[in-house]
Amino acid sequence: MKQFFAFVEKEFYHIFRDKATMLIILLMPVVQVLIFGFAITTDIQNTEVAVVDLSNTPDSRGLIDKIDAGTYFHVTERLASSAQLEKLFKKGDIKIGLIIPPDFSDDMAAGQKTKVQLVTDASNPNEASIVNGYLQNIIGAYSLNRYPGDAPVVGTTVETRMLYSPQLKSAYTFVPGVIGLVLMLICTLMTSVSIVRERELGTMEALLVAPSKPIYIIFAKTVPYFAVSIFNLLVIILLSIFAFDVPIRGSFLMFFLASITYIFTSLCLGIFISTVSKTQQIAMIISLMGLMLPTVLLSGLMFPIESMPAVLQGLSYLLPARWFIEMGRIIMIKGLGFGYIWMQWTILMGMAILFLGLSVRGFKVRLT
Amino acid sequence: METSVVASLVSKSFGHGNHRVQALDGVSLRIGRGELFGIIGPDGSGKTTLFRILASLMLPDKGRAYIEDFDTVSQYRDIRKIIGYMPGRFSLYQDLSVEENLKFFATLFGSDIEKSYPNIRPIYRYLEPFKTRKAGKLSGGMKQKLALCCALIHNPKVLLLDEPTTGVDPVSRLEFWEMLDLLKAQGITVIASTPYMNEAMRCQRLCFLQNGKVVGCDTPENIRKAFPFKVFSVKSADKFRLLGDLRNFPACHACYPFGAYHHFYYKEGTIRMEELESYLASLQHEEIKIKESEPTIEDCFMELMSQGGEHGN
Amino acid sequence: MGIRERLLRERKAIQALQDGYVIKVKDLTKKFGDFTAVDHISFEVKKGEIFGFLGANGAGKTTAIRMLCGLHRPTSGSGMVAGFDIATQQEDIKRHIGYMSQKFALYNDLKVWENIRLFAGIYGMSDSAIAKKTDQMLDRLGFMAEKNTMVGELPLGWKQKLAFSVAIFHEPEIVFLDEPTGGVDPLTRRQFWELIYEAVSRGITVFVTTHYMDEAEYCNRVSMMVDGRIEMLDTPKNLRTHFGVETMEEVFTLVAQRATRSDD
Repeated sequence: MKQFFAFVEKEFYHIFRDKATMLIILLMPVVQVLIFGFAITTDIQNTEVAVVDLSNTPDSRGLIDKIDAGTYFHVTERLASSAQLEKLFKKGDIKIGLIIPPDFSDDMAAGQKTKVQLVTDASNPNEASIVNGYLQNIIGAYSLNRYPGDAPVVGTTVETRMLYSPQLKSAYTFVPGVIGLVLMLICTLMTSVSIVRERELGTMEALLVAPSKPIYIIFAKTVPYFAVSIFNLLVIILLSIFAFDVPIRGSFLMFFLASITYIFTSLCLGIFISTVSKTQQIAMIISLMGLMLPTVLLSGLMFPIESMPAVLQGLSYLLPARWFIEMGRIIMIKGLGFGYIWMQWTILMGMAILFLGLSVRGFKVRLT
Repeated sequence: METSVVASLVSKSFGHGNHRVQALDGVSLRIGRGELFGIIGPDGSGKTTLFRILASLMLPDKGRAYIEDFDTVSQYRDIRKIIGYMPGRFSLYQDLSVEENLKFFATLFGSDIEKSYPNIRPIYRYLEPFKTRKAGKLSGGMKQKLALCCALIHNPKVLLLDEPTTGVDPVSRLEFWEMLDLLKAQGITVIASTPYMNEAMRCQRLCFLQNGKVVGCDTPENIRKAFPFKVFSVKSADKFRLLGDLRNFPACHACYPFGAYHHFYYKEGTIRMEELESYLASLQHEEIKIKESEPTIEDCFMELMSQGGEHGN
Repeated sequence: MGIRERLLRERKAIQALQDGYVIKVKDLTKKFGDFTAVDHISFEVKKGEIFGFLGANGAGKTTAIRMLCGLHRPTSGSGMVAGFDIATQQEDIKRHIGYMSQKFALYNDLKVWENIRLFAGIYGMSDSAIAKKTDQMLDRLGFMAEKNTMVGELPLGWKQKLAFSVAIFHEPEIVFLDEPTGGVDPLTRRQFWELIYEAVSRGITVFVTTHYMDEAEYCNRVSMMVDGRIEMLDTPKNLRTHFGVETMEEVFTLVAQRATRSDD
């Protein structure tokens, strides 16, 4: 056992003395969370709205204030006619315009369906439909609040994607995905490279010629990355909670268990890659091209798995990240318990044991 | 002398098809306990492969090898406890300090620095002033001493050193071989390869390896006695032209530069010194100096190599 | 550095070459932080000379060579190589020298002729000149059959001979050889030195480091560095006489013992 700790100590030295790599490992999760949280997010923030208020009543002004009050929209222009609005659109100054008809207030008071007109710049259809949807939501909520019991003014369409995200926040869905990606990168890539590196540097020769147990060499490699992964996991969770207001609806302990299982699986996969790779380059390519890319594209991180062709869906079964992301969403967003994730958890454990078994069997006690 | 290391008809080849290389071809050796045994041979003659097979790091295709009666294939675990091995390439952790490397390797063998200190003291005293320095920042000579320390830390019975002094300056090399003498005196079997022939002279026995075969194995003294030619040491002002002219002389078997002099090999009785001198004088050589010399190990090495013919391929 | 001083330095460099010196350095110094790797070295190398540059590991040889090749800027001191100032004309120096080290010489994953074409191309030789000279060179080395062989498949000794031939392929004024024969067997080492002699007979100056003391004897003059300084510089014969010993090995041992800086 003392030998094992000697290995672990050595591994920690390697990691902490490689300042540049260490920095990347520690900063990567922060950067990734920020990128996914702000840049790639489909949320809208401070979208500029031009309003043509032809009604000009307390009801219509209240609606405008309501729109302006939230963080999504910012009413920048108050115009007198729809002709002016058209001009602004042509100049490209504005993405969305709202026209409140003169009879807005009367219709509302009469309990009739009111009509407001939303004009959106659909040159980016995706963005336009999201902006449209948000604004519709606000208007619908406004009329409900003002005259409870009445039918919504405008039909609200909420995308299915937002089912568990009533404030229409996509931040919820990306957090488990980012955790899956970052941990895969650290656990799998780093571990796979670090074993092959010893073979390339020739230090493996010195280890092998000593009475060192292969299982110790292998496991010691994983310990520091395990520690770093836990640290990163906590950073991502804290960042999600405090910067993006993502709550963990389910049990935190359960989520932690799911993450640790995933870390374990990723480490075992890294070890397995290192036993089949001859050079650091090959290990790197397998990890990056063979794992990172499919994880980003197929694990459900970016695109919903359900809408993929059957072949790709089949491929996604092979990715540990897919199962972890599913578990993460079930626990974090749906707030459900172990009864709903046992299958994903068992699959991950099975993968881990398979990789580990193959690695120990494939570890070469001699040079080739 | 009791036997410590045995290789019996060991063969090993690499690659496939046209690129198949026979690294070792029926190598047999018997090395006594406490012997300082040298392995020399040109690049690619199979020295490193032989070391790796003895160190149980590689499996021979054919033949057997034993270290202290342990089979290198089936009993590799036992062997790894009793050998110290220094690979040709520096194989310690460059980002760990001298002390951390030693500590790590000591723990690997279930020991610690304090317990192992008597084993390494004569060498470690050179390293002690730099014990907190990272191994990667040591000079060549110091790296080799550290590697030797790490190989000695578990008090091995057999020490395998694959070109331990390559790239090391002459003074550090001398110190290194003085250490090997000390180890030999302690009864440790030392097997070392070297490209420096003056180091090879310090071995009790030498084995010449060429194209994976043992082409000679004897004491340095006997190897020199077996040299089939007489040697003139010749020099003149223009060394390069002298070399060509000496080679053109009919009685010349071969001629190579040896430091300040060229060594001129000839069959006994085929030429007198005066004949050679007047030949060179007739070619306008100046400051001619000729003397008879005893063949050195290096002379023998080169003769064996040129007999091998297909050198370097 | 002002334009005047720069011109003056460069004129001096050309003058030194015309006077028959390929290297001329004065008080060349390189410091890394408070560590002085090279400490005021001064020497000249004449055209067509084989100059041996000896020293223990860590005496400062590599740093000195890097300054001469224009890879390190000297902290102080001046010097010229191949008619160019080492402080201001590094790029010109690089075009007029050859360099070969034991650690890296050729690309193992390129074929013999591809390596030649690559390095000759770097020095701006035309394709037709390269093609013609490649065949000449391989023919002379007896490597014609290996033209399409991967360099990685050649034995070390062959590689080193080839690397040397590539280093002088563009006919440099001077070639720097950093331990070219390290780990090479005695016979191949001698073949290597015969290539050096041949290059010298074509007028190329050779600047060489080695740990084989018999090779020090093949040099016209030998310098020895101890603790960053040049402790002695003379012909091998004079050095042996001076120290009253038989071999350069003994000279080296006597001089190296003066070192106080035992490492680095």
